[in-house]
Amino acid sequence: MNTQATLDIAGLEQVYDALATAIDQAGADKSELFLVKLALLNAKAMGNPQVFEAQIASALQDL
Amino acid sequence: MHTPSAQPRPSIYYNYQVFKPWLSSQNPPQPKHKVVIVGAGPAGMVTALELARHGVSSVLLSAELQFSQGSRAIVFTRRSMEILQQVGVAHRVTENGLPWRCGNSIYRGQKVFRMETPHDPDDRFFPMINIQQQYLEEYLHDACAANELIDVRWGNKLVKAENIEGGVKAEIDTPEGPYTLDTEWLVAADGGRSEIRSGMNLKLEGASFESIFVIADIRIDLPYPTERLAFFDPDWNRGNTILMHREPHGIWRVDYQLPPGETPEEALRPESLKQRIDAQLKMIGFEGKPWEMDWNSVYSARTLTLPEYVHKRIVFTGDAAHLLPIFGVRGANTAFQDAQSLGWHLAYVVKGHAPEQLMQNHSAERVGAAREIITEAGKSTRFMAPPSRGFRLLRDAVLSLSLTQEFVRPLYHWRTSRPHAYSHSLLNSPCDDNLHFTGGPAVGAPPQNVQLQADDHLLDHLGGGFDLVYVADTQGVPFEITQAVARIQQQGTPLKLTAVSAQATPLKGAHQTLHDPQQRFANRYSVQAGGAYLFRPDQHICARWQQLDAARLQQSLQVACMQ
Repeated sequence: MNTQATLDIAGLEQVYDALATAIDQAGADKSELFLVKLALLNAKAMGNPQVFEAQIASALQDL
Repeated sequence: MHTPSAQPRPSIYYNYQVFKPWLSSQNPPQPKHKVVIVGAGPAGMVTALELARHGVSSVLLSAELQFSQGSRAIVFTRRSMEILQQVGVAHRVTENGLPWRCGNSIYRGQKVFRMETPHDPDDRFFPMINIQQQYLEEYLHDACAANELIDVRWGNKLVKAENIEGGVKAEIDTPEGPYTLDTEWLVAADGGRSEIRSGMNLKLEGASFESIFVIADIRIDLPYPTERLAFFDPDWNRGNTILMHREPHGIWRVDYQLPPGETPEEALRPESLKQRIDAQLKMIGFEGKPWEMDWNSVYSARTLTLPEYVHKRIVFTGDAAHLLPIFGVRGANTAFQDAQSLGWHLAYVVKGHAPEQLMQNHSAERVGAAREIITEAGKSTRFMAPPSRGFRLLRDAVLSLSLTQEFVRPLYHWRTSRPHAYSHSLLNSPCDDNLHFTGGPAVGAPPQNVQLQADDHLLDHLGGGFDLVYVADTQGVPFEITQAVARIQQQGTPLKLTAVSAQATPLKGAHQTLHDPQQRFANRYSVQAGGAYLFRPDQHICARWQQLDAARLQQSLQVACMQ
């Protein structure tokens, strides 16, 4: 895996659409559970709890 | 006037013996005692037996006239069995209990996690063994009743305990009215709802979890091996967990979580119990199998401890000192460790082998252990009984992921009760070779058992005082060492010298020689001839040397007894 990989605008648009569609697919009842599962899977792929916690801090801002 | 029930408790498999109460009118006037133990449960009785082992007499009070109602603590760990061996009852548990080492977690009909705890060939005892608490109490009580240093008093309820100059004044109520006991020390082993603790207004630190669980013992013929079964979020109990454990005499423990808001009264109605047990049996494919109820109760999970167990001459132990979760079987198993530690610390103070200050060490070590348990068991508890929406979401996410994703499955680990290392104990030697070792249990650690020969283990031979285990070569034990041991004994510290030898011939100067033809002790403990380990009376290690010498041995014993 390319550790220098960044998310360019095309990649971001891909993630954007995929996530929105998936949330709809999961449905109102299950979208929260789906998102928590996704977060855990991402944490596993990232392999770095400190980075994950920094992301938590970012996501908690401006709610 | 205290009138405990003289009706044998109901049970479909256990015959409750009703004992006669201890009455003042039938006994001589009471002197000032050394130790009074309030509560004759597992903690109280093991404390009494360990005190007796070290030559200290005790009065053991039980408010009731019979053993505890119901099977209660049913799972006993390897370390607990080692402690029960020390007090002479492990063989009875082995004869009648169900040993096991595997557990399964099931979600949506799939076995998503299986734990197979290894049974180390050097361990005499299995990782876990199941037996109902009434039997354990019976075995412990038999040992207490046979011990001339233990005065068991049934039907004696403590109503007041007060620290006074030089001891404790206790007021005890009986079927013929109250009497007073003066004692040097009082052990509060009076359980989770300790009135001694509440009477002194002592606060527990930690967390309580809201979720309530029902435990029910039923007699039913199920073709399962003795393995823990945990069912998550089953259809008949959405969002909740069910545990099942096998007990002797065809009894099964069924343990299920209640939905929020349901009261214990509602949950324990016979119709409610029947409906849920039937639903569980149907889910596992045994709908219609006949079953009979023996006993049921409710509990909630708590991770709480007193921050200090020693309050002048009143010492808290077992559930009176801490409330620990059922997850990881933390209750009785922690109590045995407490009692073993308390037994020798208190005995050594009473007998003058150590100053009263030694009791602070007991408290520091065992409060430290309780805090470790709270951290570890807290994780299991947050998984089994999620205390908030956030924790519930994470738990449910893990359940869902576990069907296909290996990486989350270790989160099902229930973190079984284990002994604790007293790594920072004040009693640890300042002058040994601990840091030079590359293997073997470190100072502070609980003992590692070793199988020397068939049906002959290291821990069969240790206990009752400090044990110096010395690895001897063909020359035997050096005179310098046997002389140093004799000097320490003459100074009053109970110390035994055990020589480990590859030959069968007993070695001169040693209290006992362990024949270790395959040098398994040396291998497991990473120590060569001339080296030694010093075990405390609770078998935790307080010093180890690669080359033992008299001066460092002497100093280490002095530190271990705070002299």
